[in-house]
Amino acid sequence: MIVELGAFALILALVLAGLTTALATAGRLRLSPVLAGAGGGALIASAAATALAFAALIYAFAVSDFSVSNVALNSHTDKPMLYKVAAAWGSHEGSLVLWCLVMTGFGGALAQARGLPFGLKTSSVAVQGALSTMFLAFAVFTSNPFARLDPAPVQGASLNPLLQDPALAFHPPLLYAGYVGFSVCFSLAVAALIEKRVDPAWGRWVRPWALASWAFLTVGILLGSFWAYYELGWGGWWFWDPVENASFMPWLAGAALLHSAIVTERRGALAGWTVFLAILAFTFSMLGAFLVRSGVLTSVHAFAVDPERGMMLLAILGVAAGAAFILFAFRAPAIRSGAAFAPISREGALVLNNLFLTAAAATVLLGTLYPLILEGISGATISVGPPYFAATFVPLLLVACLILPAGPLLAWKRGDLKGALQRLWLAAGLAVVAAFAAFLLFEPRKALAAAGLGVGAWLILGALAEVGVRTKAFRAPLAETLRRGKGLPLGAWGMALAHAGLGVFILGAVVETSFKAEAAAAVPLGGVVSSGPWRVRLDAVEVIEGPNYLAEQGRLTVMPVEGRAVERVVTAERRFFPAGGQTTTEVGLDFRGLDDVYVVMGERARADDGQQAWTVRVYYNPWARLIFLGPAIMALGGVLSLMDRRLRVGAGSRRKMEVKA
Amino acid sequence: MRRLAALAGALALAAGAAMAEPPPAPDRPLPDAAQEARARALFGDIRCVVCQHESIADSPAGIAADMRRLVREEIAAGKSDQAVRQDLVRRYGDYVLFQPPVRAGTWLLWFGPFALVLGAGAVFVWRARRRRVEVQPLTADEERALAELTAESDEAERG
Repeated sequence: MIVELGAFALILALVLAGLTTALATAGRLRLSPVLAGAGGGALIASAAATALAFAALIYAFAVSDFSVSNVALNSHTDKPMLYKVAAAWGSHEGSLVLWCLVMTGFGGALAQARGLPFGLKTSSVAVQGALSTMFLAFAVFTSNPFARLDPAPVQGASLNPLLQDPALAFHPPLLYAGYVGFSVCFSLAVAALIEKRVDPAWGRWVRPWALASWAFLTVGILLGSFWAYYELGWGGWWFWDPVENASFMPWLAGAALLHSAIVTERRGALAGWTVFLAILAFTFSMLGAFLVRSGVLTSVHAFAVDPERGMMLLAILGVAAGAAFILFAFRAPAIRSGAAFAPISREGALVLNNLFLTAAAATVLLGTLYPLILEGISGATISVGPPYFAATFVPLLLVACLILPAGPLLAWKRGDLKGALQRLWLAAGLAVVAAFAAFLLFEPRKALAAAGLGVGAWLILGALAEVGVRTKAFRAPLAETLRRGKGLPLGAWGMALAHAGLGVFILGAVVETSFKAEAAAAVPLGGVVSSGPWRVRLDAVEVIEGPNYLAEQGRLTVMPVEGRAVERVVTAERRFFPAGGQTTTEVGLDFRGLDDVYVVMGERARADDGQQAWTVRVYYNPWARLIFLGPAIMALGGVLSLMDRRLRVGAGSRRKMEVKA
Repeated sequence: MRRLAALAGALALAAGAAMAEPPPAPDRPLPDAAQEARARALFGDIRCVVCQHESIADSPAGIAADMRRLVREEIAAGKSDQAVRQDLVRRYGDYVLFQPPVRAGTWLLWFGPFALVLGAGAVFVWRARRRRVEVQPLTADEERALAELTAESDEAERG
C-alpha cells in the first residue's frame, strides 16, 4: 500500500512539476503574480510529493519488501539498518528519485527566495520546473523504483558489499546536493537570458546557490575518495577514473562560476561569462549522469548500465543544454560587459583563475571523452589515465596556484602588482625555504616533489598573509588586529580558508604520491612485513561472523623500524559475503600523526617452508591525512562564505534596490 | 533460530572453500631493489586489459598478475622502461598504456588544454588593451555619487 502511495506520489510530483512550468510561464506572460505564485507553489508541492515518494521507497527498503523489484535486487534482510536505508539511493532508480528530490527541493527554495524581481524569479521557477519535469518523467517512465515482482522472492540479492560503508552511505546524497544544486544556477542563468537582465544583482543572487552546491560537491567527492582509499584496499584515493572525472568537471566549473560571479556582483563585469559558466556547471552534472548510467564508459563505478536509459539521458542533456546554449548564443552579445578594468587588477586575477579552472575542466573533459571519440572516428583504442593528467592538468593547476595568492591583494579595477608582491615577500620567502627544507629532509630527494611542496606552502602562507594584511597583524597593536579580525566579513575568512585548504591538499597529495612505500609478503603467524619506517607483525588470524558476511580477521601490531614510537594493534579483515559471493577487504588503518600505516589482509598462501601463511600488504602513506583534510577545509571555507551577511538572501538587497531606484 | 545457525554453518563451509581456493601466486619482487622500484613505477602506467580502468598495480585480476610478472621479467632481462612499454604496446595495442601516444590523432588531446589557456589568455589581454582606451573620466556628479556610495558600502563591506 505504502509502495503504491509512493508510486502515485512520484507521478503526482511529475504532474506538479509540469504544472509549475505552465503556471509560471503563464504568470510571466500575463504579468500575473497570482499565477506566478501558484507556479512556485506547485514546485514546492512537487518537492513534497517527491519527498513522499522517496520516504515510501526508504520504507520499502527498511522493511525489506522484496515484492518491490528494486528492493529485491538491492537489499537483503541480513543487512544492517543503515545500509538498508542507504540502499534506497544505491541503485539507479532510487538515486534518480534522490536526484529529483534535490532538484525540486532546491527549486522550492528558489520559489521561496525573497528579493528576486518578479520576472527573473518567475522565469527561473519555470525553467527549474521544466528540468524537474524531464527528470521526473525519466524516473516515472523508464526507471520506476516501485515496480512490483510477482511472485516476490524470499530473499533479496543484496547490495554490492563494497558499498556497505558509512562514507558511501552519505556520499550520494551530498554528491547529488552538489550536482543538482547547480540546476538552480542553470535556471537562474537561463532566466536571466530570457529576461535580458544580467547585472550585479543577478551575480549576487546566483552566488549563494553556486557556493552551496560547490561546498556540497566538495564534501561528496571527498567522501567518495576517502571510501575508495580505505575500502578498495589499494591505498589509492584518486584514479582519474571516468566517473571520478564526471564528478570533477562540475566541481571545476562550479569553482570557476563562484569566482566569476564575484566579479559580476562587485563590478558588473564578466556577466556573459558568468552566465555561460552557470549553464556549463549543470551541463557537466547532466553529462556525468549520462556517462555513469549509460555504460558508454567502462569504469569501476558505472552502475545500472542500460543503453536505452542512456539514450533518454542523452536526449534530456541535449534538450536542456542545447536550448540553454542556443539562447546564450543569441542573447549573450547584448549583455553589457560592465566596468572596464586593467589586466593587473582583482578582476584580471579572477579572469586568470577562470582561465585556468576552465582549461582544467576542459582537460578533464578531453581526457574522459577522447578515447570514446577517437574510437568512434578512427577505431583506434587508447587509454587516458594518470600519466596524461600528470602532464596536463597538474601543471595547469600549479601555475594557477602560483598566481593565486596575489589575486586577493590586488585592488579592483587597477591593481598594484608591486605592492601586492611586497606584501607577499615574506610568504614567498618562507615557501621557498619550505621547498628547500623538503628537498633536503625527504628521502629520496626529489626536486619536483619539493617544488610541489613549496606551492602548497605558498598557498597556505599566502592566505595567512592576506588575512594578516587585512587585520594589520604585527603592524598594529594586537587589540587593533583582533578588532579588525572580528570585523572582517565571513566571506573574507571563507576565501582565506578555502585557499589555504587547497594548499593543505596539495601538501598531502604531493608527499603521499612522491614518498609512499608499499610492501607485500606471504607471512606466517609472527611474521613481519616492513614498509617505510614501519614494521607490521601478524599476531593472530581468526574467522569471525558479521551480520551478513564471514571474515578472516587478522590482528597485527604496527611497530617502528627504529625509534621509540608506541606499538599499536590494528585489525584488518577479508570479508566474504555469501549472498552475492563477493569478497571485500577492510583495511587496518593506523593513524600516525599525518601519516597512515595501511594494512591489508590478503589471501591465504603458503610460506616458503610450507607453513600456513597469509599475504599481508603494508602501505606507508605519508601525509595522507592532509589529502582529505584539505578539501574539508575548502568546503568549510565555502560554508563560511555562504554565511556572510552580504549573501543572505534579502539582507542588504533592499538598500541596494533603493539606491538603484 | 537453529535453522539460522545451521545456515551460518553451511555458509562458513562455503566461505572456507572459497577462501581455500588456490590463490594466484603472490608477486615475487625482483631481488634488485632499483629494478623492483622501476617495475613498480611502470605498473601504475599500465592498464589491466580485462579490467575497468585499473592499472596492473591495483588490479587483483589474474591477468594483471601475469602482466606484472612479464614486466618484472623484462626488466630483469635488462630492458629499458621504454622497451618494456613498446613490447606491451606490440602485444596489446596502445590501449594498454594509460599514457596515450602523441600522434596526429591525439594532438588535440595533448595540446588542446595549453592551446586553450594561451588562446583565451591572448584574447583577454587583447580585449583589455583595446578597452582601456574607452574608459571615460567621471563627471563631477558621478564622482560625488560614487563617494557617497563607497562611504556607505565601506561600512558594510570593509576590506
